[in-house]
Amino acid sequence: MEKFITLTDTAVPLEIENIDTDQIIPARFLKVTDKAGFGDNLFRDWRFDQNGNPNKDFGLNNQKYKGSILVTGDNFGCGSSREHAAWALKAYGFKVIVSSYFADIFKGNALNNGLLPVQVSPGFLKKLFRLIDENPSAEIKTDLENQKIEILSTGESEKFDIDPYKKTCLINGFDDIDYLVSKIDSIKKFEEKNRKNESTPSAFI
Amino acid sequence: MKKTLFDKIWEAHVVDSIPNGPDILYIDKHLIHEVTSPQAFNELKERKIPVLRPDQIVATADHNTPTQNQHLPIKDVLSRNQLKQLSQNCADNNITLYGLGHPNNGIVHVIAPELGITQPGMTIVCGDSHTSTHGAFGTIAFGIGTSQVSQVFASQCLLVEKPKNLRVNVSGKLKKGVLPKDVILYIISKLGTNSGTGYFCEYAGNVFEEMSMEGRMTVCNMSIEMGARGGLIAPDETTFEYVKGKEFAPKGERFNRLKAYWETLKTDQGAKFDQEYFIDAEEIEPMITYGTNPGMGIKITGSIPLNGGKSAEKALKYMGFKAGESLLEKPINYIFIGSCTNSRIEDFRTVAAYIKGKKKAANVNALIVPGSQQVLAQIEAEGLKTIFEEAGFTLRQPGCSACLAMNDDKIPEGEYCVSTSNRNFEGRQGRGARTILASPLTAAATAIAGKLTDFTKHLN
Ligand code: SF4
Repeated sequence: MEKFITLTDTAVPLEIENIDTDQIIPARFLKVTDKAGFGDNLFRDWRFDQNGNPNKDFGLNNQKYKGSILVTGDNFGCGSSREHAAWALKAYGFKVIVSSYFADIFKGNALNNGLLPVQVSPGFLKKLFRLIDENPSAEIKTDLENQKIEILSTGESEKFDIDPYKKTCLINGFDDIDYLVSKIDSIKKFEEKNRKNESTPSAFI
Repeated sequence: MKKTLFDKIWEAHVVDSIPNGPDILYIDKHLIHEVTSPQAFNELKERKIPVLRPDQIVATADHNTPTQNQHLPIKDVLSRNQLKQLSQNCADNNITLYGLGHPNNGIVHVIAPELGITQPGMTIVCGDSHTSTHGAFGTIAFGIGTSQVSQVFASQCLLVEKPKNLRVNVSGKLKKGVLPKDVILYIISKLGTNSGTGYFCEYAGNVFEEMSMEGRMTVCNMSIEMGARGGLIAPDETTFEYVKGKEFAPKGERFNRLKAYWETLKTDQGAKFDQEYFIDAEEIEPMITYGTNPGMGIKITGSIPLNGGKSAEKALKYMGFKAGESLLEKPINYIFIGSCTNSRIEDFRTVAAYIKGKKKAANVNALIVPGSQQVLAQIEAEGLKTIFEEAGFTLRQPGCSACLAMNDDKIPEGEYCVSTSNRNFEGRQGRGARTILASPLTAAATAIAGKLTDFTKHLN
C-alpha cells in the first residue's frame, strides 16, 4: 500500500448528505473481476446523463474545482460493503475525503486502500464548504502524523481522530494482511484450543 | 462482570488484541459470492498466500445472475465471466460452491441459514453488508469489504475494533397486518439511518421472542440500514428447532452439547448497554418509505413529514412526492417481492394467503423472486405457485434480482416499485427507478389494488 503522511491540495466540494455507495459506484459497474477503470464510473448517474453527456451542474464536472481532496456532506458512504466505492474514489484521483460522518464499512474500506477519511465537526465542514465556494484555489493541508486538517490561507485547523493502528499502517504503507499472516501461529494455537473444547462452535466447523 | 450476548460471543473469538488497536477476531464461517470476491482472490494470488481454511468458506452465485432460464449460458458477457471466475477460484482453492442451478443455490443470506451453516454463537462474515441477517441466530455476523475478504482468506481472522453495545426493545402486542418488516422499518424511521453507527444492536422484548426465525432474519437484515455493523437476537427454542436437522447442522450428541452452550448465549441481567431504546409495539403500523434512504419511512396511512431539510427535498424531488402529502391511492405499476430481507417461505405464504382467489390490478407488474432453490421447491410443493399464477404474479428463479438490479430485472425510469428489499437509494432498482420499501403483505395488497391502500381495513 502507498504511504500517506501529509497532503496539501485544493478540494472539490460535494455538499450532499447521506451519499450512499450506490451513488458512488452503481451496481451495474460491479461486474468486473479486477480493480481497473472504476474512476470513469465514479458518481456515474450524477455525473452523466442517460446519453453519457456530463451534467454541468454536478460538482465534479465544474472546471472551477480541482484537487485530490473531496469535501462532502454528513454520513458519507452509507449502504453497501462494496469496496469498489473506495477504489472508484481512489482511481478518480482522490486521496482524502472530508465529512462530518462516515459509514463504518466505507471508512474501513477507504483506510484499507490508503484513502484517508477525515472526520471533522459539522461547524468546520461548513467552514470548508464556504471557503471552497469563495476561493476554489484555497489549499487545505491534511497532516496525518499530527492528525490535523488546516486551511492554509487562514490558519484555521481542526484535529481529527484515527485508530492508532490504522495510522501506523498508513504512515508505513503496511496493510492488515501482512500483519495477520505474521500471526498465523497464534491463530493456529487458538484453533487448536477450541477444537479441544467441544462446547464452542469453532470445534465443529 | 455482567456481559451482553454480543460481548460473550466476541470474547470467545478474540485470538489476540493489539494494544491501543483492534482485536484479531477469529471467523468461524466465511460466505462469498461472485461480486466481491474476485479481487480478493487476485490479491492472494499476487502475494502467493494460500487460503488458510477453505472448509470454512461457502460460495454461492446470487448478485449477478439471471432469474430466467438459469440452465442456459448467461447472455451478458461480463456476468458470465464473473461467474466463471468464481467457479475457477473455488475449484483452485477447494472451496464448496453452490453455483447457478445447484439445489443449494440462492441468495447467500438465505441459503446459509436454511442449510444449517449459520449456527448460534458463531462469527460469520461475507463481502456483503446484509450479512447482519445471520444475527437472527445469535451470531456475530457482519459485512466486510474486499480487502477484508482477502484477510479472512489468508488468516481466517480479521482486525476489528470492538463495536459498542446497543439494545432496541420492542414490547407489547403487534397490530393486525404488521409484519417483522414493518417493525424494523419503524425502528429505522424513528432512530434514523446513522443511529447505529459504531454499534452492534441486540433486539430484545417479547415481539422478537415471539417472532419466527424468518421474521428475526428480516429484522436483523436491516440493522445495517440504521448504520449498525450488525444486529442479533438471543437464541432460544425457536432457534434450536430451526437449526435442528438442517443439512450442515450438528447432529445427535454433538447437537445436544452445542445446544447446552447456545443456551448460555444471552445478555446477563443488569449488563450495561452503551445505548438503549424502548418501543411500544402498539405504535407500529404497516410502513412504507417515501424517500431515498430507509429511514424515510411513514405509516402507510400517514403523510410525508414537512420540513425535512435539504436532503429530504432532494429525495422528494427524485421520488416525485411532495412534503405533507399522503401516499394512499398512489397508482403503482411495479411490485417486487424478494431479496434477502423478504424471500423466505414464510413471506410467500403470507403473500399467497392474501392474494388467493384475487387478481392483480391490470396496471401492475408483480414480480416474485424466491431467495433460494429450496424456497422455490417449497413454493411449488405447497401449491403457492398456482396461487401466484392465478393472481397474475410472475414467479422467477432465485437470486438478488431487482434488489440491486445488476441483472435484467430493472424497474424502468420514473416508475414506482413497492419492494420488499432493503434499500430505496436513488437508482438502486435501475436508473431513475423509485423504490418504496414495504412488507410482503403491503406489496401484495398494492398489486391487487393497483395503488397504495390501507389494506388493514380488509384483514380478518
Ligand atoms: S438480495 Fe439485495 S441486499 Fe440481499 S444480498 Fe442480494 S443484493 Fe444484497
